[in-house]
Amino acid sequence: MSIFSTLSTKPWVAERGYVSDSHGFGLPTARVFLSVFLGVVTAIFGLLTAAYFIRMTYADWQPLPVPALLWLNTAILILSSVALQWARTSARHQQADRVRRGLLAGGALAFAFLVGQFLVWQQLGSLGYFVDTNPSNSFFYLITGLHGLHLLGGLVAWLRASLRLWRGAETDKIRMSVELCAVYWHFLLLVWLVMFGLLLVT
Amino acid sequence: MALTDVTHDAQDFAPPAEVEEAELYHPKTWLGKYVFSQDAKIIALQYSITAMAVGLLALVLSVLMRVQLAWPGAVSFITPDAYIQFVTMHGMIMVVYLLTALFLGGFGNYLIPLMLGARDMVFPYVNMISYWIYLVAVLILLASFFVPGGPTGSGWTLYPPQAILPGTPGSDWGITLMCISLGFFVIGFTMGGLNYVVTVLQARTRGMTLMRMPLTIWAIFTATVLALLAFPALLVSAIMMSLDNLLGTSYFMPAIISLGQQLDHSGGSPILFQHLFWFFGHPEVYIVALPAFGVISELISVHARKNIFGYRLMVWAIVVIGGLSFIVWAHHMYVSGMNPYFGFFFATTTLIIAVPTAIKVYNWVLTLWQGNIRLNVPMLFAIGFVFTFINGGLTGIFLGNVIIDVPLSDTYFVVAHFHMVMAVSPILAVFGAVYHWYPKITGRMLNEGMGKFHFWMTFVGLYCIYYPMHYLGILGVPRRYFANAGANGLPDWFPESAQMVNVGITIAAIIVASVQLVFLYNLYYSATRGKPAGGNPWGATTLEWQTADTPPTHGNFGKELPSVYRWAYDYSVPGAEEDFIPQNVPAGKGTGHAS
Repeated sequence: MSIFSTLSTKPWVAERGYVSDSHGFGLPTARVFLSVFLGVVTAIFGLLTAAYFIRMTYADWQPLPVPALLWLNTAILILSSVALQWARTSARHQQADRVRRGLLAGGALAFAFLVGQFLVWQQLGSLGYFVDTNPSNSFFYLITGLHGLHLLGGLVAWLRASLRLWRGAETDKIRMSVELCAVYWHFLLLVWLVMFGLLLVT
Repeated sequence: MALTDVTHDAQDFAPPAEVEEAELYHPKTWLGKYVFSQDAKIIALQYSITAMAVGLLALVLSVLMRVQLAWPGAVSFITPDAYIQFVTMHGMIMVVYLLTALFLGGFGNYLIPLMLGARDMVFPYVNMISYWIYLVAVLILLASFFVPGGPTGSGWTLYPPQAILPGTPGSDWGITLMCISLGFFVIGFTMGGLNYVVTVLQARTRGMTLMRMPLTIWAIFTATVLALLAFPALLVSAIMMSLDNLLGTSYFMPAIISLGQQLDHSGGSPILFQHLFWFFGHPEVYIVALPAFGVISELISVHARKNIFGYRLMVWAIVVIGGLSFIVWAHHMYVSGMNPYFGFFFATTTLIIAVPTAIKVYNWVLTLWQGNIRLNVPMLFAIGFVFTFINGGLTGIFLGNVIIDVPLSDTYFVVAHFHMVMAVSPILAVFGAVYHWYPKITGRMLNEGMGKFHFWMTFVGLYCIYYPMHYLGILGVPRRYFANAGANGLPDWFPESAQMVNVGITIAAIIVASVQLVFLYNLYYSATRGKPAGGNPWGATTLEWQTADTPPTHGNFGKELPSVYRWAYDYSVPGAEEDFIPQNVPAGKGTGHAS
């Protein structure tokens, strides 16, 4: 049911009958919930990007050198996303073993990414780029910090799904959890790529 | 035009929805039922009671401010610092912690599942957590009254640099606690808000198409979407300001000399904060106003026994207002200085909002036209709302124009405008809604006599408070000032009569504030001694009035969920036996549509 036909109905002259399907969206509720949440997260990072661009134009802005480690972290995060995608497709095909491996690899790689980000912070700190040294540094720490926090939240959901799997839940039961994790991971990967790109081009 | 969503003819009978009992979590203990409850109705009451409690505090603060303005220095503990702290806390509490929480957390939680024919919110556990995080936010906010330096006194807009500079009250602890509290509020609200949106999208009962939803739900839904997209701006600016404050970054802080010392900050942009803040701040106006619009549409239709005029336009207007509210924010910043083309753009979008808003007002009035109007308490409040909103809206047209806004911006004219549109109007809607839905919540009617007394004293009193403020504003009386009269008497330009107006406003404010005690007593008294209401005392069509039990039990609808056969406004249908046909009544005998 398209939004236009919805908005052009005339409920007051309706054939006052039974309407077969009111839901309109054939998606599982948890999936819709996640989508709306991703909208909220998009708003957060979108606003940060806007603030970044505005603040950049002021005279005291000095670009931050990009640590090489960030490239490695980016690769790790991509692999993490790929692993979860693998788990997701395997769950669809009822391959419990592969789901287990994919889930484990995805979570471990995401964790490695977070450790890597922390190392980047330490590197920058040892080079004298602290959070208050320059606005570009402030934004870098803020964006990576918030992104990391979101990933950490994802890891909590990942942990719950993994525990259930290890306690012997059937693949069918956790299929939705794996799917949601994968979608969330892809989204955070996309956010990271945009943010990393922002850092590189400015 | 053909209906696209009806696939069966009028004769069809929908099988009732199956029992879905197993999906609900049934608590065994008292604690699980009434404290850590996952029932949206209990959560709604928790939200409402907390919001009203903290709102009462904000009301007391406003009375204290008024006392200071009328009789400067009469109360010794109202120092200039304390005064500006009261201003700040009054504003922030009323806008965010009272109105947003009450409309979305309170009415949203209570009405969305009931009006849509759902058993509960889609994620009850997340919904419960939402309330407790809100409570933590409130407690942190209140804690700032007890820390060294007291709460922040930066005005509710929290503009840097002054918000975090020494010399502003609360610059050491208060502003930090405010930012933390707002952070918690946003997180808690997001959990609830996701629930409201997804419940509307996913959990409607059979037959409840989007265009059959009551306007209250449309309004709360749209307001929640606005809030979900606007609150991140507040969150981001609160975080960035805290970093400026605590870690010495310079997002917003320019190079500045404070108390003779050069601070470490440099190059930051206070205007950037203003943009972020008002990107939240303006939608916030509609986060509060839209639910009020929805409630008023409901009240007017039910108590005028007439279908709402222009339902479809009402829905469109809600959606359009919601969209426009994101591109008008800079009209709060005209005095900050901006490119004239920007000012022109924002003035234009601001004035365009008058179009959908006026559509709503016309439709309310046309709904009343030739209705069978019942002047009971909810209806009185609804009509009072329409009057007040027109008044507030008209001064909005003044202030939306750059050239008129600039001289008026820092005067009482603005105070009068935004109180009419954003304080008086929504609170009248809140009162109307409470009188309307109280019988469903408790099973008893609120006392009519006390209600009418409450309405007339409040309505007339509020006009006594805010009408004269327009005059003070045009006279040039500045807002946020601790005292207009110096120790040596009144300033030259300030006529004696203006101070008399100030005294009159304060007396009216004290009376209006006291009358609210009657309302509170009514709530308390009627809960046990009110007239028993029965299931549907107003003869309303929407689903919350069709529940098997009043008050509705956990799960809302007994064994079977209702099926919906018609829109929410079948009042006085020609040929029908009664002057209302509930949404869950199929076409047939007695409905005037026996086909």
